[in-house]
Amino acid sequence: MSPLLKVAGVSKSFGALKANRNICFEVARGEVLAILGENGAGKTTLRNSIFGHDLADLGVAEFKGSALRAGDPRAAIEAGIGMVHQHFTLADNLTVLENTLIGAQSLWKLGLQTAAARRKLVALAERFGLEIDPDRLVSELSVGEKQRLEILKTLYNDCELLILDEPTASLTPQEASGLFVSIRRMVSEGLAVIVISHKLNEILEISDRIIVLRSGETVGDVVTSEADKRQLGEMIVGRPVERPQRGSGPPETASRIALEDVSTIGDGSSVALDRISLTLCGGEIIGIAGVAGNGQKALGEVMSGHQKPSTGRIIIDQQAIGRSSPRAFMQAGIAYIPEDRNREGMVGDMTVWENAVLSEADSQAMVGGFSQIDKRACLAQAERICTDYDVRTHSLVQPARLLSGGNLQKLLIGRWLARNPRIIIACQPSRGLDEGAISAVHSMLLAARQTGSGILMISEDLEEIIALADRVAVMFNGRLSASIPNNNIDPIELGLMMTGEGFHAI
Amino acid sequence: MRFETREQTPAWLPWIAIFLAGIVTLFFAGILLMFAGASPVDGFIELFTGAFGSRNAMTETGATATPLILTGLAAAVAFRAKFWNIGAEGQLYAGALAVTFFGTGLIDLPAFLMIPFLMIVACVAGGLTLVPMMLLRQYLRVDEVVTTLLMNFVIILTVSFLLEGPWKDPYSLGWPQAAPIIDSGVLPQVVPRSRLHLGFLIAIIAALLVWFVQSRTVFGFHSKAVGFNPIAAKHSGISLSRTMLGIALLSGGLAGLAGASETAGLKGYLTLDLSPGFGYTGIAVAMLGNLHPVGVIFAALFMAVIFVGADAMSRALDVPTYLADVIVATTVLSVLASLVLVRYRLVFKG
Amino acid sequence: MILFDLLEVLINAGFWAATIRIACPLLLATLGELLCERAGVLNLGIEGIMSVGAMVGWTAVYMGADLSVGVLAAAMVGAAFGLLHAGFTVYLGASQHVTGIGITLFASSIGYFAFRLLLPSSTTPPKIVAFQPLTFPLLSELPFLGEAIFNHTAFTYFAFLMVPVVFWLLNRTPFGLAVKVAGENPMALEAQGIDVLMVRTIAVVLGSALMAVGGAYLTMSAFDAFYFGMVNGRGWIAIALVIFASWRPGRALIGALLFAGLDAYQVRAQQLAGAFIPYQFFLMLPYLLSILAMIVAAKSTKYPKALLTPFRRGERH
Repeated sequence: MSPLLKVAGVSKSFGALKANRNICFEVARGEVLAILGENGAGKTTLRNSIFGHDLADLGVAEFKGSALRAGDPRAAIEAGIGMVHQHFTLADNLTVLENTLIGAQSLWKLGLQTAAARRKLVALAERFGLEIDPDRLVSELSVGEKQRLEILKTLYNDCELLILDEPTASLTPQEASGLFVSIRRMVSEGLAVIVISHKLNEILEISDRIIVLRSGETVGDVVTSEADKRQLGEMIVGRPVERPQRGSGPPETASRIALEDVSTIGDGSSVALDRISLTLCGGEIIGIAGVAGNGQKALGEVMSGHQKPSTGRIIIDQQAIGRSSPRAFMQAGIAYIPEDRNREGMVGDMTVWENAVLSEADSQAMVGGFSQIDKRACLAQAERICTDYDVRTHSLVQPARLLSGGNLQKLLIGRWLARNPRIIIACQPSRGLDEGAISAVHSMLLAARQTGSGILMISEDLEEIIALADRVAVMFNGRLSASIPNNNIDPIELGLMMTGEGFHAI
Repeated sequence: MRFETREQTPAWLPWIAIFLAGIVTLFFAGILLMFAGASPVDGFIELFTGAFGSRNAMTETGATATPLILTGLAAAVAFRAKFWNIGAEGQLYAGALAVTFFGTGLIDLPAFLMIPFLMIVACVAGGLTLVPMMLLRQYLRVDEVVTTLLMNFVIILTVSFLLEGPWKDPYSLGWPQAAPIIDSGVLPQVVPRSRLHLGFLIAIIAALLVWFVQSRTVFGFHSKAVGFNPIAAKHSGISLSRTMLGIALLSGGLAGLAGASETAGLKGYLTLDLSPGFGYTGIAVAMLGNLHPVGVIFAALFMAVIFVGADAMSRALDVPTYLADVIVATTVLSVLASLVLVRYRLVFKG
Repeated sequence: MILFDLLEVLINAGFWAATIRIACPLLLATLGELLCERAGVLNLGIEGIMSVGAMVGWTAVYMGADLSVGVLAAAMVGAAFGLLHAGFTVYLGASQHVTGIGITLFASSIGYFAFRLLLPSSTTPPKIVAFQPLTFPLLSELPFLGEAIFNHTAFTYFAFLMVPVVFWLLNRTPFGLAVKVAGENPMALEAQGIDVLMVRTIAVVLGSALMAVGGAYLTMSAFDAFYFGMVNGRGWIAIALVIFASWRPGRALIGALLFAGLDAYQVRAQQLAGAFIPYQFFLMLPYLLSILAMIVAAKSTKYPKALLTPFRRGERH
């Protein structure tokens, strides 16, 4: 039987960077193909070329026998390809039904067929086991429900090949299982599914075949049932996988920062904290697990002085802190690494050295007469940070946005470490980074722990938490569970707690 | 052939772009001149002789440039921080009000003290007019464009009330204007028997000071960061409220200074038509100067040439004086377009 | 005694008729701006577009065209400036703030220039025969409502008709859905292969046409002459009203009426209390109230999430 999708010789370069090189593979109906590779391997570029967001330089994609018109997402959708993006493409302030209707009708028709659409949507939901309420506002949906909506949208547009990009990134293990059940249902009805991911375990569970991408090339095309996990892991990275080991930490010191019964007021868009109590000592890493949107952002902001608690108090070094300003917290030795390094961490249009000294510019060392900035001292400091933390950049005076994700993260963490912080609050520290950068970031955090810093690591990545944390707590709906020592923790149990089952707040 | 985003824009490119934008603007003005039935060549000759042709013309151009430098600086300082202060017109009048209040007899000091005193008072008045709008934006997230704009109307109406009522000069033969600024407060002429006064030098010095502050000081560094990415700046411990306060005081203060310059230097007393839109033209000046203090000086001179010259030209050739306003507006748009296009590179697929 | 007089204004049919008249240009301008902002584009060119719309509509009629042709001419000129605005903000991704200010300066100055060219100085502005109030067989005779509601020009009724039209466009058509999505999350449109830039541009063009028609109302229905500075800040007030209306057409109607009522009231109060309070303070009220409206509305605002963010193809995730 001829394959549903056939990709042959696809190549694409961005300037000097060869993102995809001669990629070839096929997908048949009723099959789940996984495209596996670490961040930066070229998965996104490949899927953009297939779906039409981008134009490949070379190569062709054939769908149902005929060539796909390149660079035209509309053509891809109409041919029967559907894509669920990693970051949801939903309009939060509109209802589920309205979101389904986006693109379902020609723009120039005069009426919205809401009644017919509702019927079709409900029928599809039942058929594939993806429950949804058509009249709810998308902003009220959970992450899992939003993903279900995204999948329903593609089914509504009669897709025959579904591409899922990093589908389990923000799901609990239970929700991921639910997703896999839906995938199996779709496949049994004759659809084909491509799952793009960097998570080896889940790929092994759901896929029939696996294509491994590394540095833009296909380095493996295996049938899942015959695949060897270690071999796959090595194919992804190209060398034996090695992440820094936690080891035993330094002796613990007294409590560095403690939250007592802290709550915040939500602003409608994010979940608020609800009577959180937490103690972080020097020389330890506490991992906060949880699905995104359960108050992690508020926790990070409250502990770094960016948000004022509405009740409770924050005690730093045995002294309750009065003024809640980022500056005061900074001076108390707290470093905050935000989760979105591009939007919240760096000033893209300023130079690398300016970003490196952004928080230092008014410190004694950098200021001259008439409160001038001592540029030479700043450049020297930036140089030191880049050398110490392996930040690779063409020059210190280039715009910071030219830095790669990994180097930027190293810079952002490094500039804090240079201050010898007593407490580090790291939010999603290795999100979107490739293996090399992940190892570097983990090493930096472990080294900081070794020198006595207390680290609060908020992460959606259970693997990362289990690898690095000394103690683990789960965040759910603005509440925090008791922290337990990280001795052979069962990820399944953690996963359950992340969805609320077995979750006991302290 | 397609457009590709540049990774880095060389520093000199924006200036070339602005220059080209200026050419495009003048070209467009030429077309309008033709519509008006005048020859573009004649038109430009009249324009330039009107602005440079005589000693009188040049001092007139300088005098017109003075408030434009200051309102241009006010807009540039604010816009660089992405703080859209469209209220320079009102802040200018606030400065003029302050100068009138203190300078018409309430306080008398020797000139070398009086003048700085009046300038400072005007700055404070202008700055304090803008600060509430900044606070509304920072703490209540109220867009500053509309609030600063609407305040212009409010302040000008206040001036109208004062000039027709409590502050009306009894010696002004019924015309609504305030009492003249006392002698020690008047800005002396820089060129005798002309309208070019000390305000011109004050404006230049102000521009140099702003340049120093923006490029060399910690405050300038912080305000640059806040303008580009306030969230990241906040996460680095930069105090948004303090930085924004400084920017508001500086921007409003510069506009207030423009009001002082016009009241105490050019006219000698406050009238309702003190400013024919200097606050708004300042925005065009700031754009033309690429938001750079020194660029603002040249841009203001350019605009002054346009205004003074267009006045002469319209009298000579019977072309509506609104041509000058069209040129100002076209400048804003063409500079904006050219600065955006500079971010791209035309690529020919080889 | 003055207090009674001040209250009595409210039961005067003429007051309500004036309210409706004053509301029209505001309503049209607010609806136009609402359309632009729903799509994610802040259109600060509104003041200038209203001004040039006022001029074009009036001039067309002065040169001999029909009244409806005049309105159409104003709409087309507004659309043209909207296209210019979209070219800068949607396609080039230039600052929406600066572009808008530039368009306001440009549209108004070009309008004044053209007007002066066509009609060289005359001390009294020339007049046209503007839209006349309509009379309806029975309805116009009704005691209170007759004068208040059933004695307006066709243009007035047209303006109010635009409220359900804009509502229908936004909420009952696929294009309207696309507009709303463009203002909330343009990625959602791009993911479906819909051209975000085109959707935003059309919204801005339509909105600008409405704004220009709002300006034309001033010279073709409210008054019958064009004079410089006639828009007098109504465009800026409309921006405040859009926020006050939470970007919804129905609320825009309420906001415009509320505001117009206060304005109409202020005129009469001036006549009554003018001896005690200088007229300037009455004139200030609309502007101060607009600032107040913005403060009040800012607290509970559900604004289009993608407002002010330019969309660049390929810039994703």
